[in-house]
Amino acid sequence: MVTEGAPGNETAGPGGVSPLGAGAPPFGGATSRRQMPADAPASGIGSPGDASPDRAGAGAKLGIREWSVWFGLIQALRSVSFDIREREILGIIGPSSSGKTSLLRSLNRMNDTNPAFRWTGSIALDGRDLYRQFGSQDVRRRIGIVFALPMPLPKSIRENVVYGPKLRGLRDRGALEALAERCLRAASLWDEVKDRLDLPAMKLSGGQQQRLCIARTLAMEPEVVLFDEPCSGLDPISTAKVEETMLQLKERYTIVLVTNNTKQAARVSDRVAFFLMGELVELDRTDAIFTAPRDRRTEDYITGRFG
Amino acid sequence: MAAVSAPRAIRTQQIALAALFLANLIALLPAVVVVGVLLVRGAGAISWEFLSAMPSQGMRSGGIFPAIVGTLQLVALTGFFALPVGVFAAVYLTEYSRDNWLTRLVRLAIVNLAGVPSVVYGLFGLGLFVIFFRFGTSLLSGALTLAIMILPVIITASEEALRSVPQSFREVSLSLGASRWQTIRHAVLPYAVPGIMTGTILGISRAAGETAPILFTVAAFYLPRLPASIFDQAMVLPYHLYVISTQIPYIPEVTRYGTALVLLLLVLTMNLIAVVLRARFRRRRLW
Repeated sequence: MVTEGAPGNETAGPGGVSPLGAGAPPFGGATSRRQMPADAPASGIGSPGDASPDRAGAGAKLGIREWSVWFGLIQALRSVSFDIREREILGIIGPSSSGKTSLLRSLNRMNDTNPAFRWTGSIALDGRDLYRQFGSQDVRRRIGIVFALPMPLPKSIRENVVYGPKLRGLRDRGALEALAERCLRAASLWDEVKDRLDLPAMKLSGGQQQRLCIARTLAMEPEVVLFDEPCSGLDPISTAKVEETMLQLKERYTIVLVTNNTKQAARVSDRVAFFLMGELVELDRTDAIFTAPRDRRTEDYITGRFG
Repeated sequence: MAAVSAPRAIRTQQIALAALFLANLIALLPAVVVVGVLLVRGAGAISWEFLSAMPSQGMRSGGIFPAIVGTLQLVALTGFFALPVGVFAAVYLTEYSRDNWLTRLVRLAIVNLAGVPSVVYGLFGLGLFVIFFRFGTSLLSGALTLAIMILPVIITASEEALRSVPQSFREVSLSLGASRWQTIRHAVLPYAVPGIMTGTILGISRAAGETAPILFTVAAFYLPRLPASIFDQAMVLPYHLYVISTQIPYIPEVTRYGTALVLLLLVLTMNLIAVVLRARFRRRRLW
């Protein structure tokens, strides 16, 4: 416990948080650090207003500090700092190659699979450094991801859902069965597939496949769920179902939603972050972003003037 | 101008087509002739006795049973040795290795291994397995020699099969908290198995027909019994065919042709299985 608190303080600087950090590591550590970058956003164009919802009890689930990412010689993210709160839906919008997906994939260390990936800065989950204090497998179990295109494995529906837990060693048939049902219900797919769990997942429609992928991610019992443009290949009805599912999931999970669809961000997000050219331009409550954006570029983007 | 060149273009095309067709004919002809001649001249020898009896009277009569069994045993043992090594090597090359001098060296070795004449494998097997490791002339020495010979085929086919598994399967599996090995084991290998099997069978069928590598390592001139263990010598079809064709006088023609026919059918059957497997795999492809 003490070891968890210590690096947190280090990152936060000598802010006199050590008693708090030692006593209640995840919470204290996270809070102390959350205030730092809000005051001094590294990019200089960060979100000072974002500090305002800094009310007591709003713990940061993920703290991102001066996070920069390179793929080879190309810099995808430029010293980004912000927080993602417990049980919120944070929408991330921005034109293509703005760094949205690079950021998302940084959050569960999926970038690690790319040999050209390099990073500086830190990302903390409940105050623990994702890249220094976790193994990548552990990170991916705690922070699940739903990819842009539905990607079921060519197995049965049931096998897809329990893929993660089974590899983690859960063997009990009854428990797996119950888990599959619970996750499929949470992903609003249960009623459509309950009679054909042994059918190949590839036989489902695109929208159903995507909800199956959500169920599969939930089966790992993650704390955070990342959505990478989850509706880009779906029709409006399927999109509505997935969005509804996300809103339900918010009760229990912290959600980060990368989307090219600003309307979708407006519909489901609590807060919205606007990225441009690898920088965080603005992060604020959804209504604020869409009614009174502080940055000119945000306004241009959401009104469709570029991007 | 166009009016003039048009008939000429058509003529050129006709000549080109004829040449292409002829090339195909030339490729097809030997196959048809070989199979045809063997069928016509050798089918008469095929009988239950020919397939199931021990040779007798200095191989001038009786059957070729031990040679058939020896070939099957040798081939099975070859697959047993070559398959795991080939698949593991391919997994390492496609899933783990990055492009560095070591993997380039390995790939270069594989390409060169494929180009080594089979008689060299035979001598290599004689030196390493028969003499140095003291396995003697045995099924084991022969199978190991053949295994090394077909390793490039299996590695290349397995690599291709692994590469054809979509990258997204690996991403999904990793994103669900699987380790790299779990990902290979559960999300990649199962979908590469048909391709790997196809390559392996083709490699083994090549091994089944080879004479030179088994000449010094396993083949018995005349052994009217079945090998008792993998340290025993064995009769094998290609060498048996060589023996009865060149070494022993006064053997009925039909026996020679019959033996050749059996060998050919054995190899063709294996190739057929590989083709069918590949076709089914393509049809039932799930992604």
